[in-house]
Amino acid sequence: MQGLIELAAANLISPIILFFALGVAASLARSDLTIPEAVAKGLSLYLLLAIGFKGGASVADHGVDQILILSLVAGVLLSFLLPFIAFGMLRALTGLSTIDAAAVAAHYGSISIVTFVAASSVLTSTGIAYDGYMVAVAAAMEAPAILSALWLAARAGGAGRDTSATMGSGLLREILLNGSIVLLVGAFLIGMATGQDGLEEIEAFIVAPFKGVLCLFLLDMGLVAGRGLRSSRGLITANLLAFGVLMPLTGAAFGLVAGMMLGLSIGSIALMMVLSASASYIAVPAAMRVALPEANPAIYLTLALGITFPFNLTLGIPLYMAVAQFFTGG
Amino acid sequence: MKTFKAKRIEITIEAVMERRLTDALASAGVTGYTILPVLGGSGRSGRWSREGQVSRAAGMVAIVCIIKYDNADKVLDTVFGIVDRHYGVVSVTDCEIVRPERF
Repeated sequence: MQGLIELAAANLISPIILFFALGVAASLARSDLTIPEAVAKGLSLYLLLAIGFKGGASVADHGVDQILILSLVAGVLLSFLLPFIAFGMLRALTGLSTIDAAAVAAHYGSISIVTFVAASSVLTSTGIAYDGYMVAVAAAMEAPAILSALWLAARAGGAGRDTSATMGSGLLREILLNGSIVLLVGAFLIGMATGQDGLEEIEAFIVAPFKGVLCLFLLDMGLVAGRGLRSSRGLITANLLAFGVLMPLTGAAFGLVAGMMLGLSIGSIALMMVLSASASYIAVPAAMRVALPEANPAIYLTLALGITFPFNLTLGIPLYMAVAQFFTGG
Repeated sequence: MKTFKAKRIEITIEAVMERRLTDALASAGVTGYTILPVLGGSGRSGRWSREGQVSRAAGMVAIVCIIKYDNADKVLDTVFGIVDRHYGVVSVTDCEIVRPERF
């Protein structure tokens, strides 16, 4: 318990969390602080390239094995499964319509790559090793949840009635070839192909500045989250708020079980928990606007970005790390 | 200068639907259009702005096309097949053009 408190305290006063808090505070205070759209996009591309390349280089070092393949399969299965749990919790806890519940559920089955990046940064800082292929698991977990949510919506016979038309090859291609996934997987493959030699060549660009860039990006995320919270006052009920905290804990428990069954290392189990606990706010909202336009975007964006993301960033990550250590005897 | 009657259709729609809409316009024979970024606005769903969005999900674009006067119904039917379920505004105005062979 003492270890958990120390880990949480250290996490809360780390620069990345404090910059995120600064962004939220500035936004709530209606400051005119903004990160230009193109800069934010550039920062996001940098982070994806760096995390993907480092993961690939690490895999090149350790080789492709059965655990890597099984971890990918586990990630895909979790992404398919978690929306059903989220949907059930939403229907039991909140008064959301079937369509809104399905749209929210898609977000919670998918992942937040920024939470993953922040968690891997905290693991590195605390000296806990994790497997580079977890980046590939993150990419694999992005899309399956969308299919589960669309099935839930279609089964309800509501706005998902046109799912087959909207899903078509167009949406599927957009989901799978989403720019973030292409860059993450592409950088991962390049890292795998070039290995440690390649990493040494561009280390000065993707290793040393990484945390500083992450701070700036999280400042922007804080501004966005703060704006979302400000504009959605009255929309998020106590029950929805409870869901925004309970669902990541539930997802993390599933991630823990999957990680332990696979016999992953402490760091990788913690990352599996983070991936299962996090909620998408980039790829899935765009897919939901196309496939389930009747769902209210203010609900799923505020839940994913305004509640679950800050929860995971501040308390979730140290909690998942401590739980992973506890269950693996680390 | 001699001018000719035409219709100007302006569609403000979610950015994620942009390509679907332009594909549909092309299928209806509309070969020329202009896509404009939208900075922000306010509507039935409240205020919004392109500033500070982490996803294309919240962005909007405006698509403007000039079409032959007699072609308006066919193009509007096609447009509504795409925009019907989505946020947005469709407006049609009469306009005049000077080079009809281009539309």
